[in-house]
Amino acid sequence: MSSDEVRARVRVVSPRTSAARTRVTSIASEIDDQTRLGEVYIVSLMRSQLRLAVGVLAVLAVTLGGLPLLFHLVPQIGRIELFGVPLPWLLLSVFAFAEIIVLGWLYVRQAEKNEDDFSDLLEGR
Amino acid sequence: MNPAATIAAIVAVSIASLAVGAFGLRFSRTVSDFYVASRGVGPVLNASAISGEYLSAASFLGVAGLILARGVDMLWLPVGWTAGYLLLLVFVAAPLRRSGAYTLPDFAALRTESQTARRVASALVVAIGLLYLIPQFQGAGLTLRTLTGAPSWVGQVAVAVVVCLAVLPGGMRSVTLVQAFHYWLKLLALLTPVFFLLVALASRDGADAVGTLGAVDVTDWVEPLGGDHALYLTYSLVLATFLGAMGLPHVVVRFYTNPDGRAARRTTLVVLALLSGFYLLPILYGVLGRLLAFDLVASGRTDSVVLELPSRVFDGVLGQALTALVGAGAFAAFLSTSTGLVVSVAGVLSQDLLRSGPGHRHGIRTFRLATVIAVAVGVVLTFLSVNVPVAHAVELAFAVAASTFCPLLVLGIWWRGLTAVGAVAGLVVGGGLSGSAVLATTFGVDRGDWLGVIISQPAAVTVPTTFATMVLGSLLTRGRRPEHVAQTMVRLHAPEHLVLNRGPFHPERTTVHRTEPTARRG
Repeated sequence: MSSDEVRARVRVVSPRTSAARTRVTSIASEIDDQTRLGEVYIVSLMRSQLRLAVGVLAVLAVTLGGLPLLFHLVPQIGRIELFGVPLPWLLLSVFAFAEIIVLGWLYVRQAEKNEDDFSDLLEGR
Repeated sequence: MNPAATIAAIVAVSIASLAVGAFGLRFSRTVSDFYVASRGVGPVLNASAISGEYLSAASFLGVAGLILARGVDMLWLPVGWTAGYLLLLVFVAAPLRRSGAYTLPDFAALRTESQTARRVASALVVAIGLLYLIPQFQGAGLTLRTLTGAPSWVGQVAVAVVVCLAVLPGGMRSVTLVQAFHYWLKLLALLTPVFFLLVALASRDGADAVGTLGAVDVTDWVEPLGGDHALYLTYSLVLATFLGAMGLPHVVVRFYTNPDGRAARRTTLVVLALLSGFYLLPILYGVLGRLLAFDLVASGRTDSVVLELPSRVFDGVLGQALTALVGAGAFAAFLSTSTGLVVSVAGVLSQDLLRSGPGHRHGIRTFRLATVIAVAVGVVLTFLSVNVPVAHAVELAFAVAASTFCPLLVLGIWWRGLTAVGAVAGLVVGGGLSGSAVLATTFGVDRGDWLGVIISQPAAVTVPTTFATMVLGSLLTRGRRPEHVAQTMVRLHAPEHLVLNRGPFHPERTTVHRTEPTARRG
């Protein structure tokens, strides 16, 4: 019996619950209080959203933004035809618009996911 | 050509716009209704309104004319104007909505906590708004002259009067419905004639088609980068259009009508689809014009290709009906962009320059006075600048927006290091440089050297300069960051449903909000 008493006296439960509770309730107030920890959370959200935005910009810059340079360096492209239409005309109309819409759609999906992750973190889910 | 049908169609569009506006009037009762329709507009309606407002005289008439005259290089205009919305989506849309500001000066005040930044932003909104208003009024004069033979001032004054009648009673709410209606009208007005034209072209005999193909089979027109300094000019145009859209005052004010940041993103995605669908049509008109109305290039009247094509191919009732439809669509384009510009310029004027007392009765009266002032100044400036080419004025407005508000928004939203001093320095330098280029072009400074090339298409120089000025100015004043910048960042980026301290900013109390002490825990 004495070994049971010794085991019951070990204070393991109490500190663990209090530690867990502060963590769940405090992220929002850490942000409100502008502590270093709160700043880490909001900066991580901004970073993930900015990385996503810069990624979209980079794809756009390399593909659409690269076209004038490509036309300049490889003028023969202007003479290639696809479905009877010169390639630059297709690239600068149907393809460009399709790329813009697809990039926008991918961006909205990922940006909402980043926000959901942040909300889950704050609401302790 | 019998102008009766066209005049009837234009009058019908004006009356329909006013009627749709009057329907919205029943909902608009408070000051925030006037400015932002109380933020209760759904994504598809709002996206239609944004697109309707954005597709101006340049999109409806100018793009087709430029493609007819100069070919593939001009495809960058519709592509750039759409890509501008993609960049607005990824960098600005949700944070701007979450900022809770009504106007660009509101945003400047919220982020920099400086009344000087607010005033500089106000002046720039008025300048860009008026610069963009001039080509709209000019386009209206040109349309009525082409279709009915009336002198230019008739069309200009007619648009000005209808804009006043549309904005004065209902403010933003009525304008939202009118703009949405205008998008679909413009789409229909270009789509219907194009359908008839393509059918007519397909059924023509072979000999006829071969005879006209000669005008299309020209290297300069088909292949990209024609003319001197083509690479610089193309990149400068790309930069101005890609980055300018987010800095146009009448575009940004629309984002406040979304219920929250997430809706602002989804609205913008719908806008991308609506713009892409629309912009295929002016491109088709440019190519069809090359086939069917090549003489317009020689006579220098390429801007009227959209208006003249239907009556060149079809006689009788069909030709008249299609011409009337196109005329109505063109008038819708001038009306929607001008109302949007007038609402945002008047909003800034009444909030920052004419504000005389508290209470919403007072606010509405000032807003109406500001509306009349904005329209009157726009008309006078249009009369004064008869000789400025329409399409180029629009490109320059984009260049000024890209060189001022784009850096303010992007750095303000994503970099907490931006200070009031840096922001003001950037706005002044960017606005000054691009504004000087506008004046030089307006007064016909025509130089053959590199400076002349830069002046005609300034964005590739002025945009990086503005970014550099804002960053440098902010780094030099590192110790003077805005007091509440941490809370502002929470406000801009955290989803709305989270309960967080977002700072005390409220746009209807802009002059006092930053001096209030903030209660803080801890």
